Amino acid sequence: MLHKLLSGDMPRSTVLAGLLITILICLAFAPFIFPGVRSVDTAARICIFIVLVASYDLMLGYGGIVSFAHTMFFGLGAYGVALASTHIGRGFDAILIGSVAGALIAALLALMIGLFSLRVRAIFFAMITLAVASAVAVLVSQMSGLTGGEDGLSYKIPRALGPAFKFADGTLMGVKMNGKLLKYYLIFFSCLALFLLMLRLVHSPFGRVLLAIRENDFRAEAIGYRVVHYRVAATCISAAIAALAGSLYAIWLRYVGPDTSLSMEIMIDILLMVVIGGMGTMYGAVIGVTLFVLAQNYLQGLMNIASGAVEGIPILPDLLNADRWLLWLGVLFILSVYFFPTGIVGRLRQGK
Amino acid sequence: MNTAPDHTPTMARMSWAERLSPYAPVLLIIGLVLAGLIAIPSTSSWLTLTVSGLAMGMMIFIMASGLTLVFGLMDVINFGHGAFVSVGAFVGVSFLLMLEHMTGAPSLALNLTAMLVAIIGAMLATAAMGWAFERVIVKPVYGHHLKQILVTMGGLIVVEQLIIVLWGPEEIFITRPEALKGAITFAGAALEKYRLVAVGIGLVVFLAMRWVLRSTKIGLIVRAGVENGEMVEALGYRLRLVFVGVFLAGSALAGLGGVLWGLYQEVITAHMGNQTMILIFIVVIIGGLGSVEGCFIGALMVGLLQNYVAFLEPKVALISNIGLMVAILMWRPMGMIPVVKAK
Amino acid sequence: MSDPILSLQGVNTNIAQYHILQGVDLDVPRGAVTMLLGRNGVGKTTTLRTIIGHWRAHQGQVLFDGQDITRLPTPAIARLGIGFVPEDMGIFSDLSVEENMILAAVSGPIDSTRLEWLFSVFPALETFWKKDAGTLSGGQKQMLTIARAMIEERRLYLIDEPTKGLAPAIISTMARALRELKDQGASILLVEQNFAVARALGDSANVMDDGRMIWSGQMQQLSTDADLQERLMGLSMEGQ
Repeated sequence: MLHKLLSGDMPRSTVLAGLLITILICLAFAPFIFPGVRSVDTAARICIFIVLVASYDLMLGYGGIVSFAHTMFFGLGAYGVALASTHIGRGFDAILIGSVAGALIAALLALMIGLFSLRVRAIFFAMITLAVASAVAVLVSQMSGLTGGEDGLSYKIPRALGPAFKFADGTLMGVKMNGKLLKYYLIFFSCLALFLLMLRLVHSPFGRVLLAIRENDFRAEAIGYRVVHYRVAATCISAAIAALAGSLYAIWLRYVGPDTSLSMEIMIDILLMVVIGGMGTMYGAVIGVTLFVLAQNYLQGLMNIASGAVEGIPILPDLLNADRWLLWLGVLFILSVYFFPTGIVGRLRQGK
Repeated sequence: MNTAPDHTPTMARMSWAERLSPYAPVLLIIGLVLAGLIAIPSTSSWLTLTVSGLAMGMMIFIMASGLTLVFGLMDVINFGHGAFVSVGAFVGVSFLLMLEHMTGAPSLALNLTAMLVAIIGAMLATAAMGWAFERVIVKPVYGHHLKQILVTMGGLIVVEQLIIVLWGPEEIFITRPEALKGAITFAGAALEKYRLVAVGIGLVVFLAMRWVLRSTKIGLIVRAGVENGEMVEALGYRLRLVFVGVFLAGSALAGLGGVLWGLYQEVITAHMGNQTMILIFIVVIIGGLGSVEGCFIGALMVGLLQNYVAFLEPKVALISNIGLMVAILMWRPMGMIPVVKAK
Repeated sequence: MSDPILSLQGVNTNIAQYHILQGVDLDVPRGAVTMLLGRNGVGKTTTLRTIIGHWRAHQGQVLFDGQDITRLPTPAIARLGIGFVPEDMGIFSDLSVEENMILAAVSGPIDSTRLEWLFSVFPALETFWKKDAGTLSGGQKQMLTIARAMIEERRLYLIDEPTKGLAPAIISTMARALRELKDQGASILLVEQNFAVARALGDSANVMDDGRMIWSGQMQQLSTDADLQERLMGLSMEGQ
C-alpha cells in the first residue's frame, strides 16, 4: 500500500526513512506539537517550499534543465490568488479562480519560453530565463496600479479560513478549533497531494523518458522521443505546480509582494535547497527545505551568539554575523556540488 | 520526350541581402542610431542620449568581453562573473577615496592619474581573484555545464557576502573626479565629460583586444583554441596556461568595467555585479558566445536601445532589451557573429 | 638495425566505456615510412590519438626514442618533435592560411627556405596565403594540414588518412609531398586506406583488426600477396 502511495520510490535508507517519517509527523501535527504562531508559520512554509523545490527538482534533477525563472511562476500563482481575492472579493471561488489562472498562465509562459529557447543551447536557456525573470520582477514592481508595486497587495481570504470561524467548541490539546487550523491543514494536505502527484509523475513512463533524456539526449532522440517536446512538457508541468505552490503561499500569508514571491533571493534559496538536499531524488526537496528553513529561522540566533563570543577579533565577528548566514550557505552549496553531488539524500542512500 | 528539368547552370549575382549579410551587425547599429534620430524629437537630446548609450555600451562591453572569451575558449560558463565587477568597483572606489586630494583637484592630469591608479589597483585585485576563482571553483568542473552554473553562482553569493564583510552592508557613494564633472556643450547638446572618457576607454580596450587577437601569436592561439583546442595542444601549446591567462584577463576586464560603472552610477553596492549580469548576458547572447566583435556590437546596441527607450517610454526600458534579444535570436539563433566550433 | 623511434607495447585504450585498443604492439623504425592499415573502425585513428596523448592508454606503454610518453600531456608530447595530422584535418577556419602556418611553427618565425619548398610542393598554399582557411576546398585544406606539420622538421610524423575524399589529381600531389618528406629521411607513421599510395610509399606495414595488431612485416611482402591481403583486410586491395 505504501509502495503504491509513494509510486515505488522507497527511501532505500533507514536513516532517510526515519528522517522523512519524522518530518511528516511534525508537519502533520505541527499546530499541536509546536503551538505558537511562529512555529506553525515555519511548518506551513516548509510544506509550501517542499512543493516548490520538488517542482524545481522535476526540471533540474530529472529533466536536466537549469532555469532561473522558477520564482516567476511561483509569483504568478501568488499574484493570481491575490488579484482574484482583491477584485472578486473574498471567497473560495476567488481562490480557485486565482490558482487555476495562475497555473495556466505559468504553464503558458513556460511553453513560450521553452519552445523558444529549448531548441538552443542549455546555457542560453539558463541565461534567457534569468533575463526574463528579472524583467517580470521589474514589471511587477512598476505596474503599481495593478499589482500594488513595491508595497504588494493585502487581501482577505475566505472567512472559513480565518481565526474568527469556529467549527468546533473548546480546544484540542490547547489548540483552538478555528479557521486558522483549517487553513493550515488545507495547506498541508494540498502540499502532500501535490508531492505525491510529482512522485507519481517521475515514476511514470514520462518520468523515465525524462531521465533517459537527461542521461543522453542524443540517443533519446535517435530512439524516437522528441526531446524538445518532453523538455517543454516537463517545464510546463513544473511551472504549473510552482504556481500552485505560490497560490497556497498567498492563501497562507494573505499578502503578496515582489520581495516575498518574485525575488532573486528565493531563486537562489531554491537552488541551494535542491542541491544540498539532493538533485533528482524528490525526497531531496523534503530534506533540503526542512534543513534550510529551520536554519534560516533558528540558526541566525546561534550565529549572533557566536558572533558576540568572538567580539574583538578582527573580521571574525563580521563573518559570523547572522546576516551573513548566506555566506556559509553559499560555501556549503559549493561544497555540496563538489563532494555531495547527490546531496544529503544521495549520501544517505549510499551509506544505507 | 525529355521531361527532366533544365539544369543549365545560372550565374546568378548575389542578392543584396547576401552581399550585405557580413556587414549586418554594423548596419544594425547605424540603423538603430538613425531610428533614434527619427524617434526623438530634438536633435540635441538625441545627441546626448547617443553619447550616453555609447558610453553605457562600452562599459558593458568591457565587462562582458571577458565572459564571452572565457566561454568561447574554455567552454566555461561563469555565472559568477558579476562578482569581479563588484570587487573591481569596491577596490577601485577605495583607491579613489584614498586619493581624494587628487580627485578633488581641478587638474585633469591629477584626476586621470588617480583614476589610473584606481583602475590598475582594481584590475590587479580582480586578476588575483580570478586566478583563485579559476583554481578553486572552476577547474574542478571543466566540461560540466550544469555544475559550472551552480558552482559559479555559489561563488557569486560567497563573494558578495565577503564584500559586505569587508566593506559593510551600506552602499558607498562616490563622486566623479573634479575635472570630469559636468558636461561640455556640442551642437546644442550637453555631453557629460565622464561619459566621453568612458567611450574613449572602451574604444581603446576594444582596439587593444582586437590587436592582440589578430596580430600576436598569443591572440592566434586564443582564436584557434576557441575553434579547436585539441589541435592547438597537438601543435604543442599548453592550452591550460592560455586558459588561465584568458580567465585572468577576463576578470581584470570585469574589474575595469566595475570601476567605470561605479563612477557612472556614482554609487556602488555589493549586488551591483549581480544586477549588471542580466545586461551582460543579454549582450553576450546577442553577440554570439565567443565573439569579441559580436560582444562589442551587441553591447553598443543594448546601450543605445536602453537610453533611447528610457527617454521615450521609461517603463518599457528593460523589456526592450529582452525584446531585442528575442528578435536577434529569431534572426540568428547562435547570436549575430557565431563562432565556428569544431566540436 | 637501430632501435625504433616509436614503440607501442601492449597499449590498451578506452573511450568512455568502450575498450577500443586491446593490446597494441607497434614499432616505427627511424627514417622510414610505416603503414598502419586495416578496415574502418579497427582502431587506427585511436592508436594515433593515443600516441599524441588525446586519449590516454590505461594499460601498456608508449616509448618515443626510449622515453616513456604514455602519461605525458599532449602539448609536451608535441614539443618532443611529433607532428600530428589528424583525420579531420584540424584546420582553424577563422584564421588565414598564413596564420595557420605561423601557429604551426612553434619554435619561432617561419623558416623561409622551408616555406619556399612547401610552396613548390603545394602551390595552392601560396595562392591562398591570406585567405581564411575556412574558405578553402577540401583538398586544399588537406594540403594545408600536411604543410602545417611539415613547416618545421619533426622527429616523427603521425599522419591520418591524408588522401581521404580527395580527387586523384590532388592525391598525386599529396603522395609527391610525402615522398619528398620521406626522401629527407623523416620517420613517418601513416594511416592510409588508399592502397596504391600505401604501396608506393610504405616501407613496413602493420595491419590492425579489432583493436589489435594482427600482422606486421614488409610492405612489399603484403602488396605482392593477394591472398594475404584478403585474409587480413577482408578483400584484395589490388586494383584499388
